[in-house]
Amino acid sequence: MVAIAEKIHGSRSRFQFVFDRPRVLGAAFLTPAILYILLLVGLPFLLAVYYALSAYTIYNPSYHFVGLRNFVEVVESDIFRRTLLNTFIFTIGSQILGLILGKFGALLVLRPFPGRKIVRALIILPWAVPIALATVAWEWMFDSLYSVINWTLIALGLMSRADAPNWLGEPGLAMLCVIIVNAWRFFPFAIVIFLAGITAVPQDVLDAATVDGAGFWRRNYQIIVPIIAPIVVVGLIFGTVFTFTDLSIVYLLTNGGPVNATPVLGNLGFQIGILSGDVAHGAAVSLFMFPVLFLLVIVMLRFIRRREI
Amino acid sequence: MSAISANEISKNFGEVTAVDRISLAVRDGEFMVLLGPSGCGKTTFLRIIAGLEQQSAGDILIGGAVVNGVPPRARGIAMVFQSYGLYPHFTIRDNIAFPLKTQRVPKPQIRPKVAWAAQLLGIEHLLDRRPRQLSGGERQRVALARALVRDPTVFLLDEPLSNLDAKLRASARNEIKQFQQRVGTTTIYVTHDQVEAMGMGDRIAVINQGKVRQVGTPTTIYEDPADRFVATFVGTPPMNLVTWNSGHLGFRPEHFLPKEMIQDGAVTEFSYRVNRTEYLGSERIVYGELDGLLSPQEVTAKLPPAHVPLESIRPGEWHAFAVRNGQLCYFDEDGKRARRH
Repeated sequence: MVAIAEKIHGSRSRFQFVFDRPRVLGAAFLTPAILYILLLVGLPFLLAVYYALSAYTIYNPSYHFVGLRNFVEVVESDIFRRTLLNTFIFTIGSQILGLILGKFGALLVLRPFPGRKIVRALIILPWAVPIALATVAWEWMFDSLYSVINWTLIALGLMSRADAPNWLGEPGLAMLCVIIVNAWRFFPFAIVIFLAGITAVPQDVLDAATVDGAGFWRRNYQIIVPIIAPIVVVGLIFGTVFTFTDLSIVYLLTNGGPVNATPVLGNLGFQIGILSGDVAHGAAVSLFMFPVLFLLVIVMLRFIRRREI
Repeated sequence: MSAISANEISKNFGEVTAVDRISLAVRDGEFMVLLGPSGCGKTTFLRIIAGLEQQSAGDILIGGAVVNGVPPRARGIAMVFQSYGLYPHFTIRDNIAFPLKTQRVPKPQIRPKVAWAAQLLGIEHLLDRRPRQLSGGERQRVALARALVRDPTVFLLDEPLSNLDAKLRASARNEIKQFQQRVGTTTIYVTHDQVEAMGMGDRIAVINQGKVRQVGTPTTIYEDPADRFVATFVGTPPMNLVTWNSGHLGFRPEHFLPKEMIQDGAVTEFSYRVNRTEYLGSERIVYGELDGLLSPQEVTAKLPPAHVPLESIRPGEWHAFAVRNGQLCYFDEDGKRARRH
């Protein structure tokens, strides 16, 4: 025994089993992910901070430190404040609408009915279709002349041609439109999240609630929703983060109009920083997303942890 | 009057008949056990009584009134599920109070009622915890308390002990039975465990393939089985069956004894070859086969070790064994009990 052990010990390199050590193997697996985050998230973020503290424009690319002046100027601007408010309305509105649609959609496709599999597959479509294509389709539906929505309402006798709304032309309606399109894009994701949650609720618990006298609403809002809340919150974090930082729907549908009724932070940052070339102010606008999202994620993660204990 | 009766209840799932014209009357205050192998339809039948499933045909009567189509909450039943079905996000107190809240019982009445149920089951100290902090036995008591709190006319228990370990199961069995005797509520108890059925049931309904095979007291089921299925399903080891004319002859392992141990009465003798013996402390199980008039057949004997010394029965030996004639059961070719062979 001693001889064999010595032989193995003696003839092998001490690095031969190096990947059997958890510390080494773990580090090897984690490195690509850490590099990815550092290079594609961390570095741009630091660059944004760097530019936001400068007077950098594409016309005058020399670095000149100005402290928090850009932030002060941005906050004092009416358009920025309007945009910040828009971003919250857009995010909260489309998340609430998406969650409601997702909840009822999930309940609907849970019940067996002929063609359920096809419906389940179709429901994923809004999520899978490229957003640019989908938004163009929505643009036509909201068009001031050719809107199918107006056409349908007039054909049903619910409104006259004179009252037909100009969906994208009126500030309030335009905001409603971008919210609807974003909720439409988000709700398949919400359905998947709710389906995963609801199917994970034990049948015994649902049966017990039925026998204990809980009707449809009580079963849903006192039993199912609290049980699946942690899963839904994770979905909500994703949805909120993606919506808060998104600019594509607004850019494609209204391009911020009419009269600055719809731009969100992403649009304004893009407008100032890239299109107008004022990188410093553009970076400052974009950085306003950070504290909001940071707080949001912390609050939601705390909520999840509290539910799990 | 029967507390619950089922008339010709059937349930089909597509082509499959899960419950096949079951009729059963449960008396007021009775502890009725539905016993059968898994997949025999006993749980489906219980869920039909609860109103969680709709029967394809037949009537359910609770307290003399037909309750077909009446939702579970209006049937005056309480149910305990196999994995208890506790609400994970509620405290134990809220779990027990839930049936009262859904019935809109005024708040001041809920607290004492919950305290009463918790005290009856000895779980007062757990009221502020959540289900996941409780052991299996404790969860099961919470489920019972939740069932008890609404004063149901019937308890429906669906394999409530199957998630407990063997040791706990024996004590929980005793507790449930004592508890039921104390509150006196009519109970239907589903199980696949014949020990639970024999130990707890006032009467047992043995179910197989969606049909009731026999209803009777544990004594009747054991000593006077209606057919071959009941005879072999109840009892450990199961009843011995040997082919006999066109049917079968059955006798319990504990009735199959060395001839010299039976002093009185008419007996049927067998020549028995011992293959193997098992010493289990309180008893001895002997595995062997019969020969003689019959073709060789596997037969088990259960002997009290005090009566027969271990050394006297060795593998490979032939012994004269016998059964009292009164303890033989004859089954015809369909497996039905025949009184005379």
